[in-house]
Amino acid sequence: MRAAANPGFAAAEAAARTAYGRLLALLSRHSRDIAAAEDALATALAQALARWPDDGVPANPDAWLFTVARRALGHGRARAATALAAEPALSLLDAERANIPQADLPDERLKLLFVCTHPAIAARIQAPLMLQVVLGLDAARIAAAFLVSPAAMSQALVRAKARIRDAGVPFTVPPPQERPARLAAIRTAIYAAYGAGWEQMAADQASDLAGEALFLARLLTALAPDDPENAGLLALILLCEARRPARRDAQGGFVPLDRQDVTLWHRTLIEEGEAALRAAAALGQPGRFQLEAAIQSLHNHQRFTGADLSAPLIGLYDRLMDVAPSIGAAVAQAAAFTAAGAAPAALAALDALAERCGDHQPWWATRARVLAVLGDADAAREAASRAAGLSHDPAIRRFLLSQDFLGFPPAWQAAMPGPQQANEGEPA
Amino acid sequence: MQYALIYHETAAELARRDSDTSAYWGAWDAYMGAMGAAGIMRGGAGLLAPDTATTLRISNGDWQVEDGPFADTKEKLGGFVVIEVADLDAALAWAARAPCAAAGSVEVRPTLPPQAN
Repeated sequence: MRAAANPGFAAAEAAARTAYGRLLALLSRHSRDIAAAEDALATALAQALARWPDDGVPANPDAWLFTVARRALGHGRARAATALAAEPALSLLDAERANIPQADLPDERLKLLFVCTHPAIAARIQAPLMLQVVLGLDAARIAAAFLVSPAAMSQALVRAKARIRDAGVPFTVPPPQERPARLAAIRTAIYAAYGAGWEQMAADQASDLAGEALFLARLLTALAPDDPENAGLLALILLCEARRPARRDAQGGFVPLDRQDVTLWHRTLIEEGEAALRAAAALGQPGRFQLEAAIQSLHNHQRFTGADLSAPLIGLYDRLMDVAPSIGAAVAQAAAFTAAGAAPAALAALDALAERCGDHQPWWATRARVLAVLGDADAAREAASRAAGLSHDPAIRRFLLSQDFLGFPPAWQAAMPGPQQANEGEPA
Repeated sequence: MQYALIYHETAAELARRDSDTSAYWGAWDAYMGAMGAAGIMRGGAGLLAPDTATTLRISNGDWQVEDGPFADTKEKLGGFVVIEVADLDAALAWAARAPCAAAGSVEVRPTLPPQAN
């Protein structure tokens, strides 16, 4: 029975959510064997779920889990080494309860983040690996978010972990000269996870990958506050995520940014995001994520104040394209040109991207808006239909095919959700 | 590789063919148009409603002909296409764009390679 009222069950679940990566880092740092550590931690969590509801929650749940998991890890090694049946872990538990360290366990998760995004690990599996290893997400859920088959995702994760173990990927913080690039790889993976979560609009919070990415961004900022881009990424995610409650109307219809009810936005997330952006900017080292966060901040300010900020937005996109050129940024800038009344410039900018954008939904949506503004209704409808055909989201598809989309002035923001760069993934 | 994308629709979604005609077909036209423009279409067909089906079985020489589809399932076969794409990930990306992905399901299956004989 899934008894939410049972404190033992709730504590075990909370421990799983908050302590997973912390414990996994400690269990795998010496052996580098993440798969074995995962099995041991799963054993410990299962025992906690079985025992805490009756026995009560230990004073230090993390330490209890760690001790049981470490014992299970030892058994696993013993079994592997001697092929002898190990003593059942259960018989040890009472001894464990008397013999558990009370001190706080060290937090080695930053090293785990570096391991998951090590250059020896294929770029496309880094974000999934991080979600599994640091947060304990199961492969099927990760596969769905990244739109790959569960079997393929499981295999890729198993291969990546084997590579970490066999190639000896170090569980360390990289030396100072490598640190900026390695932190950038962590940010890219977190943002890829956020991009995968951005489109998930189900009310079911169990599929909330965006929330997991936000957790990781907060964690990275806390563990490595020296790099302002970490706070920039956190600010970007917060400022986009704040708008989530306003992105659909009561009927589930898509609501473009310029028509969202700003009273539905999460004020606390916006305040946290603005504060993170200010803190990052104070360090005087601008970068891709600070610029993207500043862009989202201006979008929000535009809605709060009614001011036309399209000129500064275009300037920010210029700077973004200098440091991190991507199709997503170029398309978003073309949209900003349209809003600033420069539709011909927008069309030229889009034309320059045409060869790379055949299947790029935001490109077609933006093009449709530009063509509508320029008065070419037939071509606009055709482009809107193409954008709709490339959309995964029924609400966005409906919107793109509606009269509304081409009829209202700046509604092109529609198909331009905040983190489209992450969705289309072309970090410089 | 070639994959069949097999589109299954809920009864409610199928009913939209009549009740919500322009939105229903508009979405499918846009989707099929995007696949056509991408140059990946190799074949396929949309199917009329399941109640237009006639199902034949021969069991021990006994012919059975029934009105309706082969099985009374919750989701009904609405149509299929065959596409040529690089890999399963690309096929899944196109499957996810299908209007019925959110109102039914899309089965993605590799086609049998042509037999050389």
